[in-house]
Amino acid sequence: MDRPEALSAYKSDLIAGTVFVLLLAAVPFIASAIGDPFYVRIFTRMMVFAIMAMSLNLILGYGGMVCFGHAMFVGSASYVVAIAGQHAASGMPLVLGPLSIPGSTDALVVWPIAVAVSALLALIFGSIALRTSGLYFIMITLAFAQMIYFVAVSAQTYGGADGLPIETAPTLGALNTGNRKELYYIVLVCLVGVYVLIRQIVGSRFGLVLRSSSQNEPRLEAVGLAPYRYRLVAFVISGAIAGLAGALLASSQAYVSPADMSWVRSGELIVMVVLGGMATLYGPVLGAFFYLFAEYALGNVTEHWQLLMGPLIILIVLYGKKGLAGFWLSSRKGGSL
Amino acid sequence: MSLIFEQLLNGLQFGMMLFLMASGLTLVVGIMNFINLAHGTLYMAGAFFAVTFQLLTGSYLAAVGLAVASTALLGLLIEFLIAQPLYKRDHLDQVLCTFGIILFLNELARVIWGSAPLRMDAPVWLDGSVDLAGIAYPVYRLAIIAVSAAVALALYVVITKTRLGMLIRAGASDRTMIVGLGVNIQLLYGLVFAVGAALAALAGLLAAPLLAVQVGMGDHVLILTLVVVVIGGVGSVQGALLAALLVGVIDTVGRVTLPTGFGNIVIYVLMAMILFWRPRGLFPSNA
Repeated sequence: MDRPEALSAYKSDLIAGTVFVLLLAAVPFIASAIGDPFYVRIFTRMMVFAIMAMSLNLILGYGGMVCFGHAMFVGSASYVVAIAGQHAASGMPLVLGPLSIPGSTDALVVWPIAVAVSALLALIFGSIALRTSGLYFIMITLAFAQMIYFVAVSAQTYGGADGLPIETAPTLGALNTGNRKELYYIVLVCLVGVYVLIRQIVGSRFGLVLRSSSQNEPRLEAVGLAPYRYRLVAFVISGAIAGLAGALLASSQAYVSPADMSWVRSGELIVMVVLGGMATLYGPVLGAFFYLFAEYALGNVTEHWQLLMGPLIILIVLYGKKGLAGFWLSSRKGGSL
Repeated sequence: MSLIFEQLLNGLQFGMMLFLMASGLTLVVGIMNFINLAHGTLYMAGAFFAVTFQLLTGSYLAAVGLAVASTALLGLLIEFLIAQPLYKRDHLDQVLCTFGIILFLNELARVIWGSAPLRMDAPVWLDGSVDLAGIAYPVYRLAIIAVSAAVALALYVVITKTRLGMLIRAGASDRTMIVGLGVNIQLLYGLVFAVGAALAALAGLLAAPLLAVQVGMGDHVLILTLVVVVIGGVGSVQGALLAALLVGVIDTVGRVTLPTGFGNIVIYVLMAMILFWRPRGLFPSNA
């Protein structure tokens, strides 16, 4: 593609993105104008899932790693927020061997810890899982996620299978995440921030190596680059971003349960990424919005909405491979980024 | 001591049931290179069909036969409609489509049979228990072990002694080559898929009297089956047998002897360790 065309593609992306963000910023005003605060909740949820899908897209779309356990990074971070909240409420510190950690509802403390825990999990599991590939990689990530899931189910102190409510919402400086509108804008800022971060990563030299590792591994090795390390770093970054989404999810639901990291959730995240368009920057955002919207809209029509969602997924995969972003790309004849 | 012995037997029974699931799936994955997440849904279908046919016919054996046959047909239908276009696609597409099948069939089962768990009774002639080295062990569980062992033996004979078995082995180790040799691959694929579905149905209906028959019962079994397939090595039936017994016994005994948190996850740790040591499973068939 020659430069003027790339520039115009970049411009049309930028304009569309800005319009999208402005529309999102207007949602709370529209919701209070029509007197239906429910929309603030559902759009918060859509944006949180969009962050999850973007984090998964980094490894699934750009890195070619079919991670079937991504919900574990989301869920563990949610649990960190909920557990810190519970200890803060009871006043009893969390005792881990010689360590005694007091609870907290300060988001500036809890969220970074939540992100760090997810990143650490991603580092440990990624270093093992990335030794395998193909089917084995799918399975081992699934198995790790099941492991974390069952740890949560059997953690009776923290609600076991019933999950753990978050009674005191974390505060972020002067903002209270318990306030729906304030949380909404925090999530919106995170969404834009994560988008920009991933855009930078994908465009960097690191991103170039990551993308080529999913296309032609032998060639990459031939020029003297070891894909394993690049994949692992991408896996950890992806886990960390999923952790941020998990922290936001915990606040938006005021509740966390093992269902937040079930394998079905991991599957839904993959569906969102593919639905929106793999290895595109805004595809996962569209996919997450579309999936949750469909769930909500079909759920209004019939409680058996999955009767429609299942075949819809199959039809899209069989016949509409490029996802929602594909329509946008083909309509404006721009580049792939 | 007798508790451990009883749990070992339960583990053996559970392992043999996992083998029924895993033998079919490992062949589907190994020969068609197709990841079928809907395998657990076929297990659920087998159980629901058996409950329904038992109500309709009043005969346990008739219900077993009809349920296995209908699930095999359902498997063929899935193969024809969805799996065939996906054989040449990547794993991700297969995962997504079969995930869609799970959502659809789970919901369809909820529409047809409702959300409340159904009960299936074991036949009266398998009621009661026998004395095994001092413990009273249910006859029904022994029957599961016997039936599964018979299936394992039959599979062994078919796979090692017949022409069909030769084709299956050839397919698992080198797919391209057997197409090149002029084998009707379409027919072989359909057959393997249907047999896999039938075995999954058998596992589901055998387990039905021990558990509740309900929507989603296949999901947990699916994950364990995938663990077995991966530990055993994709495409290897003997690997599946060994891994199924390993997983069945360790999971069952682990839940009783280990602290709760760890008992639940011990097989996943086992899987991680085995894959760390042998990234392609215990018996890699297409090295």
